[in-house]
Amino acid sequence: MLLSERARRLLFPARFFFLLAAGPGLGGCLRHDPPAEVTIINGAEPESLDPEIITGQPEMRIVEGLFEGLMRLDPETARAIPGLAERYELSPDGKVYTFHLRTNLVWSTGEPIRAEDVVYSWHRALNPDTASEYAGQLYYIKNGEEYNTGKLKDPALVGVRALDDYTVRVELNQPTAFFIDLCAFPTLYVVPRRTIEQYGDAWIKARPLPSSGPFELVDWRLNDKVRVKKNPRYWDAANTRAQLVDFLPITSPSTAFNLYEQGRADVVWDKNLVPAELLDVLMNRPDVHHFDYLGTSFIRFNVTRKPFDDPRVRRALGMAVDRQRLVDKIIRGGEHITTSLVPAGTANYNPVPGLAYNPEAARTLLAEAGFPGGKGFPRFEFLGTTAKLGEDVAVELQQMWRDNLGLNMTLHPLEWKVYLSSEAHLDYDVAGASWIGDYNDAQTFLGMFTSEDGNNQTGWKNPRYDALIHAAGEQADLVARAKIFEEAETLLVRDEAPIVPTYNYKGVNYFNTNRIQGIHPNLLDDHPLRAIHRVSPP
Amino acid sequence: MYFFRRILFAIPLLLVISAVAFVLVHLAPGSPFDRERVPASPEIERHLQAAYHLDEPIWKQYLRYLYGLAAHGDFGPSMKYRNHSVNDIIAQGLPVSVTLGALAFSFALGLGLPAGFFAAARRGRWPDYAGSFLAMLAVCVPGLVIAPLLIMGLAVKLQWLPVALWESPPHVILPTLTLGLYFAGQVARLMREGMLNAMQAEFITAARSKGLGENELLFKHAFRIAVLPVVSYAGPMLADLLTGSFIIENIFQIPGIGVFLVNSSLNRDYNMVIGLALLYAILLIGLNLVVDFAYTLLDPRVKYE
Repeated sequence: MLLSERARRLLFPARFFFLLAAGPGLGGCLRHDPPAEVTIINGAEPESLDPEIITGQPEMRIVEGLFEGLMRLDPETARAIPGLAERYELSPDGKVYTFHLRTNLVWSTGEPIRAEDVVYSWHRALNPDTASEYAGQLYYIKNGEEYNTGKLKDPALVGVRALDDYTVRVELNQPTAFFIDLCAFPTLYVVPRRTIEQYGDAWIKARPLPSSGPFELVDWRLNDKVRVKKNPRYWDAANTRAQLVDFLPITSPSTAFNLYEQGRADVVWDKNLVPAELLDVLMNRPDVHHFDYLGTSFIRFNVTRKPFDDPRVRRALGMAVDRQRLVDKIIRGGEHITTSLVPAGTANYNPVPGLAYNPEAARTLLAEAGFPGGKGFPRFEFLGTTAKLGEDVAVELQQMWRDNLGLNMTLHPLEWKVYLSSEAHLDYDVAGASWIGDYNDAQTFLGMFTSEDGNNQTGWKNPRYDALIHAAGEQADLVARAKIFEEAETLLVRDEAPIVPTYNYKGVNYFNTNRIQGIHPNLLDDHPLRAIHRVSPP
Repeated sequence: MYFFRRILFAIPLLLVISAVAFVLVHLAPGSPFDRERVPASPEIERHLQAAYHLDEPIWKQYLRYLYGLAAHGDFGPSMKYRNHSVNDIIAQGLPVSVTLGALAFSFALGLGLPAGFFAAARRGRWPDYAGSFLAMLAVCVPGLVIAPLLIMGLAVKLQWLPVALWESPPHVILPTLTLGLYFAGQVARLMREGMLNAMQAEFITAARSKGLGENELLFKHAFRIAVLPVVSYAGPMLADLLTGSFIIENIFQIPGIGVFLVNSSLNRDYNMVIGLALLYAILLIGLNLVVDFAYTLLDPRVKYE
């Protein structure tokens, strides 16, 4: 009697709250969808799925399934192959492309896709009101930059026109060797005009959402999942291998790994999702794949600050970096060290070797610059992020520069946004940095160190370098162009050294090839969704 | 009348909170649109600023924000998730966080109240020491440690429960445990303290001298007073639990709003930071009101004029 009363009194609040929570809450919040054919752990929650807004890899990997451009990427090589356009012609001066659209193109909702849709999409990407951060990818088109920056108000003056329903004529400012690759870049994808005009900024939430790519969007729940299903109306639907694909937005490496190990996810495709503690073990597993891709890690000098205004100082510091030790001890993903900015394997180009590790020569050079044995060299700061890996690299550099040159460096790790802002405003001495190629061409790496480029961020301005990059842009002959780029890169990584490249990135993903196929290693770490499929039943 | 006045006072308080939050996030270095790659032209950044009215003077931005909030209940667009409004994100994430929070809350009370009660009733004997030790442990070991241990044991090794995600009732168990343990420990400790204090109160001595049975004494008289510290604590605790936990949501990949509480300020997602600050403030003010009201029910000595 007493016991039951006691129990009842004590349990009353708990029971009350439990019912309060469990009743409506659980029913409303948990949703168990039918399982997808392929589940991919995709990294961060997509910031957007609008091709003309997105800037990051997690977004691009989803959007690549939903929309398509005139060209698309080959799953094995990541080179551009015909997409919505079945072929194109290039004028002899290399400035005018004529694209011929396939005649069987329709949106996933059934309406036809015409040349006007291409023109609309590119105008939209350049329209200042769209506020596309990647609008620069269309600056190669005549008057593209002028329209985007507001110097020209009339989009009709932009060099893209529909000659008829199936023909698009594109006029460029210069012969641009990689323009065809850009036509497979998300900012240049073809988007549904009617839906955008009807729903405005919220168009991506319209259902059904017309898609021009191999998949259509079923569901997008924040921090939960993005689900896509095969678009049967896609022109190449016969070669779309999977029916239903889920993307899970997960940023915790151990969570990603656990879900994979439990069989809840099939593919994890981001190096940041490999638990650092398990890196050494995982790198040797057959289901962990690593491959070269177009990304370079480098060190930036702020050349507007003494003593880094002296190229001898910068070169001395560069030659005192033992890159192999950095890679073996800290990075540990099998990365290749490099002294050039442009990664090996970049199309139509052979990177120029820069300053190799040579502590002896580095000391001599530093003495020439007036700091024998590091004497008189002011204490300086290394700007980095608070990420563990970045700090470890900084500590290693600190030791190398102290042991080899007798220099005193302090670490200055900052929160990500503050780091970016300090770097952009030249509020640093030496900083860690990296660059990942947007397309497979030396321009995406070398172009950023021209005097006025916003990504230069070293304060280094060299008229000869600027002239070389400009000349390379005008050059239609690929061999001659490569020669000019080589001259520019020599200036950048050997003679002047406002930056010191350290190692090239590796793409890492893990999936069991006995279950999942169609994901190929390539230089852009790009894996078109249409090729991915499950080989044995789940 | 008293409670009505309290609600009225909450409005200027919320205004101050929103103003402070607004100024603070705008003062922080960096902007929502700082990225590793700077756009091809400075004009592009200006378009972005203009699209979100960041080019206006800050007082004007603040008034615009207040107007949107007052007139349409609109917390504005997210500057990080450009397809979503802040309302949208809260509408998607809050129900999940509230569900998990309420479950953890019930778990904390369901475990903490009896544990504290019995520990006090058996004061100085082994159940007291064991209970107090466990409660201390629950308070001291952070979720960051407990979660991986539970995942390791129950999900990875034994495979009884899923490692993460938010899909079916079994998915709920580990996050609830991890989130609730700390609070269960706190509740147990408060309850035990409260009981010990209450047992020494004069009215208990008086009741005992009148010959009241020990059990009736504990349950009927001491409990009502002893539970008061727990009740005061429950308000802020519930506000904490309902707005989600960054660590738990991150480890278990739960689509709540806890992750946004931390990430939005790291991302300088201005509207999101302010929106969540206001949401949290509203919950806190509201729940404290509920706590004060509960006092009047539990303790006849408390009266508000």
